[in-house]
Amino acid sequence: MSTRELTFAQAIREALDEELARDERVVLFGEDVGAWGGVFRTTEGLYEKYGPERVIDTPLSEEGYVGLAVGIAMTGMHPVPEIMFGDFITLAMDQIVNQAAKMRYMTGGQVAVPITIRATMGGGRSSGAQHSQSWHAWFAHVPGLKVAVPATPYDAKGLLKSALRDPNPVLFFEDKVMYHKIKGPVPEEEYLIPFGVADIKRQGGDVTIVALSRMVHTALAAAEKLAQEGISAEVIDPRTLTPLDEETLIQSVCKTGGAVIVDEGYTRFGVTAELAAVIAKGAFDYLDAPIERVAAFDVPIPFSPPLEFATIPDEERIIQAVHRVLEGRRPQ
Amino acid sequence: MNNRNPLPIEPDLLIEMYRRMLTIRFFEEAVFDVYRKGWMPGLAHLSDGQEATPVGVCMALRPEDTITSTHRGHGHIIAKGGQVEPMMAEVMGKVSGYCRGKGGEMHIADVSLGILGANGIVGGGLGIAAGSAFTAKREGKGRVSVAFFGDGAVNQGLWYETANMAVLWKLPLIYVCENNQYTEFTHWKKLTAGEGLATRARAMGMPGVEVDGNDIVAVYQAARELVEAARCGEGPATLVCHTIRYGGHHVGDPGTAYRTKEEMEEWRKKDPIQRCERLLVENGILSPQEIEATRTEIDQRIQNAVQQARQDPFPPIEEVHEHVYA
Ligand SMILES: Cc1ncc(C[n+]2csc(CCOP(=O)(O)OP(=O)(O)O)c2C)c(N)n1
Ligand SMILES: [Mg+2]
Repeated sequence: MSTRELTFAQAIREALDEELARDERVVLFGEDVGAWGGVFRTTEGLYEKYGPERVIDTPLSEEGYVGLAVGIAMTGMHPVPEIMFGDFITLAMDQIVNQAAKMRYMTGGQVAVPITIRATMGGGRSSGAQHSQSWHAWFAHVPGLKVAVPATPYDAKGLLKSALRDPNPVLFFEDKVMYHKIKGPVPEEEYLIPFGVADIKRQGGDVTIVALSRMVHTALAAAEKLAQEGISAEVIDPRTLTPLDEETLIQSVCKTGGAVIVDEGYTRFGVTAELAAVIAKGAFDYLDAPIERVAAFDVPIPFSPPLEFATIPDEERIIQAVHRVLEGRRPQ
Repeated sequence: MNNRNPLPIEPDLLIEMYRRMLTIRFFEEAVFDVYRKGWMPGLAHLSDGQEATPVGVCMALRPEDTITSTHRGHGHIIAKGGQVEPMMAEVMGKVSGYCRGKGGEMHIADVSLGILGANGIVGGGLGIAAGSAFTAKREGKGRVSVAFFGDGAVNQGLWYETANMAVLWKLPLIYVCENNQYTEFTHWKKLTAGEGLATRARAMGMPGVEVDGNDIVAVYQAARELVEAARCGEGPATLVCHTIRYGGHHVGDPGTAYRTKEEMEEWRKKDPIQRCERLLVENGILSPQEIEATRTEIDQRIQNAVQQARQDPFPPIEEVHEHVYA
């Protein structure tokens, strides 16, 4: 299998390109996704290749074009609306939560809603409190939606292609900080990654670090430093929140006896809380210390760099959490 | 009201319209009764009095055309061809209902008839209707999409967002506003600036037409013209139908605290079903005996549906987890 290095943005773009070519029911929507190629360049060249009928520049009407996409999905196509900054998804909330998520259930299974909503997440760019949030947890809370939070170009491409073949509404979160900074190997050949299968990003035996989206890279960097202290950390990436691969998380913690969960979303009632509950139940007899959660501080994301970087989890906070877990371990 | 002019529509069509309006009226009366007897859970939002609007519009549609419905949606479903038996079962939360009891009174839908859901979010279906129109345009087979909504929904942002795109992209979308004068317990004029939605529609760049929503022929003719234009690629249009609901906002609200007796008496004089009956008799299409027989037949069918639905089982508990994902 031949591979090449792609950026996260290029991997997304390639998935969209291949699926637009494969299935003419796929249509992209969003603000400046067409002629301009997307403000993050994730749709570059697709307008030229597939035309204005399939790569559609929308007015600034998030509720309107997401709602339109729900109707398009219900009538047999597969729309892919993009939310430029995930923060703006609040404007489309009713269409996602009250319409897309429950049309199938409310009709007793009469319709499917194959819509893939791409939204960005992630801070660290001094974009201020309304352009830096990570709202993936909200959607993982809603029955009827699926949620993907890929961390690598390889995962992003394989998961996005799966989303575009899924008959259900999928929220696909892309950390905008990764778009051009994260590069990784992506096979030339076509492949898919199924939802609900976690990936062990690094093997280890002393402690389990669960991380998702860009935090996987932060966790891997932390694991590297921990290795220098002689601590072997296993890094697990769930890749999708709904469905969630509970088994892989539990098994890892049964092996290591300790868990640190890392997420860029908020701490309170967040993804880390849910994953901690899953692990606490599934690996209860194997836990040697309380589960540690490392997530964004519960504050609006600040503008000033020292404040913003303090808010979002970094290697140091992860390392400290690992130390607390290891210290909390009962003597053998 | 005498109509001595030549009948502007086919007699058979008028008979079918009459039958559907009567079905809606008797269905709503039956739901009222079922509710009062405690045979259904939840709330009941009835549309008796408004029958001419859904029927006049839906009779201008083809089976493959789609509609989106509202919390006050029973009339839309029947007008688009829905059957009263699975409707009544759905109202009671029974497994034999259109949505296996998972939708309920506010969410009856038969997608195979082009009914893309009935919405409990006021104005919430406007995006779905616009999306269906988008797909229709893409298919290129002349299919159209109709969005039903009330006078309360015209102040939701989604109307403007979708109307803008529909005009911009010439989508075959007909916005049908059923102005029954009240948004819950408040008159629409207290809530809506300017002249109402037809004027606003024209400002958005689409036709905005107003009709007497209790005149089945007028509704049908106006709808037909707009629907056919949309079919031919002329883009969206808005039809505002002025009407009244006889009952309250839902069963339990008598609807008397915020409306006067005189006002309601005036509306009763414009009853859409009585007007249709007069038209049928005066034009020699149906005799008074045939009218009576039709009423008996439809009433009987609905009473049977009530009895059947009462006997039908509730969904098995295992179904609670089904239909969350496809
Ligand atoms: C978004 C939203 N806001 C409020 C409500 C509560 N509500 C239900 S029906 C209704 C009035 C709707 O009035 P209108 O659109 O005129 O329809 P009608 O009831 O007259 O048929 C309201 C306020 C709701 N269901 N959805
Ligand atoms: Mg109203």
